Amino acid sequence: MNAMNPAGWRPELGRGDDDASATPTFTGNRALQLEEPLLFEIGAMDRTGVDFAAETAAPLDALTSHLRASPIAVPGLSEPEAVRHYTRLSRQNYAIDLGLFPLGSCTMKHNPRLDEKLARLPGFADVHPLAPQQTVPGALEAISELAHWLIELTGMHGVAMTPKAGAHGELCGLLCIRAALEARGDPRSVVLVPESAHGTNPATAAFAGYKVESIPATAAGRVDSAALEARLGPDVAAVMITNPNTCGLFEPEMKRIADAVHAAGGFVYCDGANFNAIVGKVRPGDLGVDAMHINLHKTFSTPHGGGGPGSGPVVLSEALSPFGPLPFVSRMPDGSIHLIEEEDAASHGHSQAFGRMAAFHGQMGMFTRALTYILSHGADGLRQVAEDAVLNANYVLRSLEDVLDAPFAASGPCMHEALFSDAGFGGGLSTLDLAKGLIDEGYHPMTVYFPLVVHGAMLVEPTETESKASLDQFIGAVRSLAVRAKSGDETLKNAPYFAPRRRLDETLAARKPRLVWTP
Amino acid sequence: MRYLPLRDGDRTAMLATIGAADIDALFADVPVEARLSGPIAGLPGHAAEMAVERHMVRLAAKNLSAGAAPFFLGAGAYRHHIPASVDHLIQRGEFLTSYTPYQPEIAQGTLQVLFEFQTQVARLLGTDVANASMYDGSTACWEAIAMAGRITRRSRVVISSGLHPHYVETAKTMARFTGDDLLVETPELVAETDDNALIAQLDAQTSAVVVQYPDVMGRIPDLARIAAAAQANGALLIAVVTEPVALGVIESPGTLGADIVVGEGQAIGVGLQFGGPYLGLFGCRDKFVRQMPGRLCGETVDASGRRGFVLTLSTREQHIRREKATSNICTNSGLCALAFSIHMTLLGGTGLERMARESHARTCETARMLTAIPGVELINRAYVNEIAVRLPRDARTVVRELADRQVLGGVSLGRLYPGNAALANGLLVAATELTTAEDIAAFDAALREVLA
Repeated sequence: MNAMNPAGWRPELGRGDDDASATPTFTGNRALQLEEPLLFEIGAMDRTGVDFAAETAAPLDALTSHLRASPIAVPGLSEPEAVRHYTRLSRQNYAIDLGLFPLGSCTMKHNPRLDEKLARLPGFADVHPLAPQQTVPGALEAISELAHWLIELTGMHGVAMTPKAGAHGELCGLLCIRAALEARGDPRSVVLVPESAHGTNPATAAFAGYKVESIPATAAGRVDSAALEARLGPDVAAVMITNPNTCGLFEPEMKRIADAVHAAGGFVYCDGANFNAIVGKVRPGDLGVDAMHINLHKTFSTPHGGGGPGSGPVVLSEALSPFGPLPFVSRMPDGSIHLIEEEDAASHGHSQAFGRMAAFHGQMGMFTRALTYILSHGADGLRQVAEDAVLNANYVLRSLEDVLDAPFAASGPCMHEALFSDAGFGGGLSTLDLAKGLIDEGYHPMTVYFPLVVHGAMLVEPTETESKASLDQFIGAVRSLAVRAKSGDETLKNAPYFAPRRRLDETLAARKPRLVWTP
Repeated sequence: MRYLPLRDGDRTAMLATIGAADIDALFADVPVEARLSGPIAGLPGHAAEMAVERHMVRLAAKNLSAGAAPFFLGAGAYRHHIPASVDHLIQRGEFLTSYTPYQPEIAQGTLQVLFEFQTQVARLLGTDVANASMYDGSTACWEAIAMAGRITRRSRVVISSGLHPHYVETAKTMARFTGDDLLVETPELVAETDDNALIAQLDAQTSAVVVQYPDVMGRIPDLARIAAAAQANGALLIAVVTEPVALGVIESPGTLGADIVVGEGQAIGVGLQFGGPYLGLFGCRDKFVRQMPGRLCGETVDASGRRGFVLTLSTREQHIRREKATSNICTNSGLCALAFSIHMTLLGGTGLERMARESHARTCETARMLTAIPGVELINRAYVNEIAVRLPRDARTVVRELADRQVLGGVSLGRLYPGNAALANGLLVAATELTTAEDIAAFDAALREVLA
């Protein structure tokens, strides 16, 4: 059943946390698994890990009545204590550097260290956003070069580089659409969002002031294009489509849908979170997309850092480009590159810009990483990225469909992610139990309970940076868990057994929120 | 292609398992006419690590970095010393390459850091609670305005003239679509903001008054007085901090009565990075916690009764609430929050105070240097580490001429307020503990030459 580990550890053998023969340790540590107190429990108010140069007397008369009454109650650690504190904490985390991280829709792929090294060059990292333009031509050139790649790879006309994350990019795209509609004196009130779209899409549309209407999915996991086309009309500002969609499937009727939306006077927003499945293979601009954000961390491998920061440039069609936000980087006829801000927007034909999304010019630190990654792969490598990501996902799909329910397996090949469900599990076991069992096998679980259109969904995205051997081991682990889940193996209900923590009480956390430490 | 582990033999074997003739069979759902037949024309192919490095190093070398010149820029982004261990620790793979802690049993490292970060931020800002970070200070500011609207059910917002103009522009962009009525005071190059005029704008329709502290010209508004006036009108005081190091010496906004405090955390641990990624700080009173945007980490227990941490109260968020979500935020600046938290841990409260005092001392020396130059006038009465000066001519030109002499001499108000001629001669100058006596002397010499 489990080819990788035929002996197979079984929780009922009592080798987990509940082993009665194991004596609790004095420290609470378990060999290399170290317990670490909170910084507030080990730090001291009079301790610091930073030495300053010999003190210079600072006259405080310019502060007068504003001086603090008491020092900030944040404890300090010496440098060795701090290094040990954070190193110990880091060991409580799963990460892509440790193994396959199959979070569907999140795209956890290898993060090249070259990207980190080059983003830290002082000419990029130690440059002020309001430095005189004449002193930062290389930084502007880097942004311009990345912008050029994004435009070419998507077949679009322009790109707004400033949005700070995917959802921020969605908002940017919708604001461009709204500005364009207002400019032609045709304000519209409704945005259509298919059920299979990311949850951020309806949130963004509502934030941009639109009424959100849902479009159902077909039984095959795709947008019901007939229902969508029937709903089009003079009140529809835009349709937001995720393609490839959250069921891991390509929307084959995208172009037809886009033509219908355009004929009805609306715009097409594409959630580009899954662009990595088609980069170098298909250009969204050719499918009729007007605006699409690109999560640089997903397709172009900037690290997730425990949840962020993100970066969400938005590529725009010719109709929307004039409305993109400030500031933006523009290549002049003489080849020089300029940063266009409020003071010179009008003189560069950008008087219709809808405004500013945030202070300064976007996630430069992410731009340099993404550009480094793109240059490393090149056009041929990026095409291979899409092909290998899709190959790996289909390999996982076909290697597991005999033991796990795969609701859309009959719909044809998946794109870069494979969707399963917990249908057929015995003993009241569910997706969550399989996911927690996977932790004991040494893996981060897949995305669970998303997309919402499938009950008990498990969305697996292996990405292109996994070898066949690592996929085979993962497949073996999931197969063994699937067999246990179907047989109603009750021990799974208490997994994980070997993680730094057992299942955590999330209800307690929400009912009585403790968000800051108190003595 | 060094990032792709599959060999051709693997690909063939995998296609056989799948039952597909070739890779194109897997893209069968993509209409043939939409498929590209080969690599996109005009873009180069893959490159060796050494070639990419050469290209990027060449681009970076064209820029004058802050550390390579006398440097006096601030205006919402500040250059402070970052201990080497900060960057070393954030590059540990378990931090750098992990995802949002959706599976708490194997993400306690990130979660404990976020819990510690929230506590540090709340104590720094003087608020009851803080969240796990926002995109940056400007988006946090706008989210605070939206939050005040939800709490007060009012939509008139009074914005002080001292709020960073990029923050004002960001709020204006959003207000255009939410219908909030923003009343923005006009900035003037004078010693103090007119708190009386600001207070006079408050009325029974006002949801919030937004005040930067210290403000964009380095001035320190009387927050306690504005807080009292806001409270009397049933409005909330949103305090905005763009230089958190300043709080090492001046009173925390929450302590002075602010209901929501937002800030830009870049100055502590994050670095300039040409504008991003930065770190939005967000704290508020306990009673508003369910209206607060962004991720939150909370303490709880595991099935064995041991302390642990989870993301919590996410029922306010986009991925669950869809069109009823309370904010546009669906991520946080996790790695920047980690850097901030490590730097804060190394400093401790006493170290932060020391850093603020050192920065203040350098700023006082810079102010003395500047006011000794004929025609240069200091406008601030109170300041921490940033000042505004009036020059005898357009500061935009002066900044460019200083840059020609390899001196990064500040941010011109003309660049920040292009429509306001009365501010054109204004220059913002910031100093930190990194500013040396030699830097100040070089600035002095260059500015005297430029103004001569």
